[in-house]
Amino acid sequence: MIDLIILLTLLLLGYGFGHYAEKKHYKDIIQREKALRNLPSVSSKVLPPITQMDNELVSGNVVISVDYFKRFLAGLRNIFGGRVTSYETLLDRARREAILRMKEQAHAMGAKLIFNVKMETSSIYKGRRNSVGSVEILAYGTALIPKQH
Amino acid sequence: MILTNLENITGKRITKHLGVVSGSTVRAKHVGRDIMASLKNIFGGELKGYTELLHESREEAIKRMEQQASSIGANAILNIRLTTSSVAQGAAELFAYGTAVIVEDDHD
Repeated sequence: MIDLIILLTLLLLGYGFGHYAEKKHYKDIIQREKALRNLPSVSSKVLPPITQMDNELVSGNVVISVDYFKRFLAGLRNIFGGRVTSYETLLDRARREAILRMKEQAHAMGAKLIFNVKMETSSIYKGRRNSVGSVEILAYGTALIPKQH
Repeated sequence: MILTNLENITGKRITKHLGVVSGSTVRAKHVGRDIMASLKNIFGGELKGYTELLHESREEAIKRMEQQASSIGANAILNIRLTTSSVAQGAAELFAYGTAVIVEDDHD
């Protein structure tokens, strides 16, 4: 009985805080993406024929963890199979956040473009039974900065 | 030192290739952070401590790569790649590698 109460409390806490945090984060992401829309980041390797640019390596990373409720849902999904939507939103948020951080760093340097953007995903904290506790997303690329004369 | 993950540098010409350079660092998190992380695993959200730790370690790996490159006389590193792998529980290896080259201004 006690175990059940603990489980339900954890689920409720996870759902409440997790849902609130996700909503807030998405709002924040959309706002910042709008502000940085004039700084495109592309994954192309071919440089435009411009020469008066400085190159600088920029990167952004974020470690994000899944809440108890979502992990529970994912656990259920493991039985029935199918899309684990609760993890999809988590990774989507993390990727967009990482790209935004990279863009913010580039923006502070006065960059006009970010080239050859690469993404790296790794699970860094393994919880019980090797379930993914948190993931790190890294985004990096080369910022092109107009030369100052 | 010019760092880029492209294969060439705008306005520069590669005069000499010096081979692959790399830098790595293995970091572990202290217990306090692990406890915070397990709490966050209930509530969800960003683990700021880990984000910072990994960011700093990555800078360290890049710095070591730069040192290696400058010791063999390079002035730029091209095609940099960054990788992460968890070696043991609670520890991660951050690895950076790239091609060290000597570049000079292209006057054409």
